[in-house]
Amino acid sequence: MANVSIRKVVKAYEGDVQAVKGIDLEIIDHEFVVLVGPSGCGKSTTLRMIAGLEEITAGEIWIGGDVVNDVPPRDRDIAMVFQNYALYPHMSVFDNMAFGLKLRKFPKEEIKRRVDEAATMLDIQMLLDRKPKALSGGQRQRVAMGRAVVRNPKVFLFDEPLSNLDAKLRVQMRTEIKKLHQLVPTTTVYVTHDQIEAMTLADRVVVMNHGVIEQVGAPQELYHHPATRFVAGFIGSPAMNFLPCQVIDDGGLKVQLADGTKMAIPAARVDRYGPYKGKKMTLGIRPEHMTETHDSEKPGVQIMNAKVDVVEPMGMETLVHHFVDGVAVCSRIDPNVHTGPGKILPLAIDMNNMHLIEDATNRVV
Amino acid sequence: MSASATAGNLPRPKSKVGSMEQQRRMALWGSYIALTIFVIIFLVPPFYMIVTSLKTSAEISAQAGNPWIVKNPTFDNYWELMTNAAFQRYFINSVWVTAVTVTLSMTIAILAAFSLSRMGFKGSQVLSTGVFLTYLVPPSLLFIPLFQILGWLGLINSTWALVLLFPTLAVPFCTWIMIGYFSSIPKELDEAALIDGASYPQILVQIFIPVAMPGIIAATIFAFTVAWGAFLYPLAYLYSADQATLTVGIVRELIKGDVFAWGMIMAACAMAAAPPIIIYTFLMDYYIAGLTAGATKG
Repeated sequence: MANVSIRKVVKAYEGDVQAVKGIDLEIIDHEFVVLVGPSGCGKSTTLRMIAGLEEITAGEIWIGGDVVNDVPPRDRDIAMVFQNYALYPHMSVFDNMAFGLKLRKFPKEEIKRRVDEAATMLDIQMLLDRKPKALSGGQRQRVAMGRAVVRNPKVFLFDEPLSNLDAKLRVQMRTEIKKLHQLVPTTTVYVTHDQIEAMTLADRVVVMNHGVIEQVGAPQELYHHPATRFVAGFIGSPAMNFLPCQVIDDGGLKVQLADGTKMAIPAARVDRYGPYKGKKMTLGIRPEHMTETHDSEKPGVQIMNAKVDVVEPMGMETLVHHFVDGVAVCSRIDPNVHTGPGKILPLAIDMNNMHLIEDATNRVV
Repeated sequence: MSASATAGNLPRPKSKVGSMEQQRRMALWGSYIALTIFVIIFLVPPFYMIVTSLKTSAEISAQAGNPWIVKNPTFDNYWELMTNAAFQRYFINSVWVTAVTVTLSMTIAILAAFSLSRMGFKGSQVLSTGVFLTYLVPPSLLFIPLFQILGWLGLINSTWALVLLFPTLAVPFCTWIMIGYFSSIPKELDEAALIDGASYPQILVQIFIPVAMPGIIAATIFAFTVAWGAFLYPLAYLYSADQATLTVGIVRELIKGDVFAWGMIMAACAMAAAPPIIIYTFLMDYYIAGLTAGATKG
């Protein structure tokens, strides 16, 4: 087990296309870090550079106190789980798990002990004699994890390991990966495009976009205190609502939407937002903070009438889609509130949880 | 509800199930007829070859009787060939040339295909296309320049000439088959092996060769066919009886002037055809799987 340090790392391809643009990241021993972002953001490239499967154009990668820029993958003491499992099709589950140990000339008894131990941990003891083609997707993914675990490496690398599984199995395997990390707390770098996976698994989430790190933080920190508009919109499902606005002083600091609607900024935020008076800004508000009017008396809550466009009952909640000044907006309401398309629904906007984004920099202020 | 009620009131389009079934049946009949003609055209000559090989010279040259039927079947032709020292020599020469050609061609093709498809060096794409293009040059165009080369090397009238030449015919196509097969193996498999601690030679031997076995068998069959069935080069470069291979030996030994020993010629052909037939019969599934690898998404 080891720290991983990424220092000013750049990955450029031919034609000067930069997939990763000088990122810095410190991952401490035992930590579970998830790199998340949309396709093409550089998260998989970063992981592959840590693995040694991609050369580094500039910068340094350290694993356990050593620079590994020129160290081949086999000498980095890492293990990787791939999206498509990458099991050797002609080998049994046992041989798949034992392959790395055999290459490293471990004694037979030690190989058997480690494989049995990992198989018990992952509940695949009964599958050891089977070939990968005789396994289900979930079982294959467990074997792939077993192959990583038996090596007892310094770092686990996961490259979108759940993307090939169906929705139900994905949730189940997510829990198992978390449980595995609790049992074997090896430093882990996990790549996914699914922000729910990132939020549920990570000690810290690294949000990447266009080859740069937008924000690094604990899941709750990212959710409640996003640093940029991108993070605010990427983390959370349904995504945060964004409404163009201007900060005005109209007998108190307020945000004024494009249609003239004015909403008072809570007293606790006046000092923070005061300097942005008169500037073009974007109001960010999460769907759960635009909800039915049961606590409209709460300080900082504004009432707004919405004409319902689409209703999506989810069981434990209902999503209501409507428009505010031509901008599509989503609200999360109590499933017992009855409404329908075309109806007017009074919504309480909790300005205590508002976010204000500066349009010029896209930073949350 | 309203949508389905509306749909129910609309006039239904005429069912085309019947006509589709009819089309399918017609296509099936068409296929059967075409295949029957194909089978007849291709199986009649070998059938006639076997029938003739079982006849005596007297029966072959008899004017009366049905030439498609054997009245008094005999294995004399086969026995005579098997006990003929020259024929044994041709057979051994063919086996030796084929075995070395296959081994050499497959070793080169597998190594070339692995490096071209997996090592990702600059120009590997151009090189792999170039390898295939060399296969398109007809052997008959080359045999005069090759004669000169073999002359310089002192290999005229030696089976070593064939051992050197046949791989030049087999390697490009075998490499092409293997490139196709190796390319169909997911990249993550070698990456997983690299991380597991394997070197490139270990990846080739322990992962790629076992996984690509159908492709290797397909390429091996091709190389075998090139060496076993070749006629032009053995005829052009080997002139003494002790160096001849089966294809040339049959012609030289069993046709004397205008005297054709038809019974023995046919028996020799049947015996020469036996190894490829046996190999194709047992490995046909692998052969097809190897040639079609990568044609569809797995």
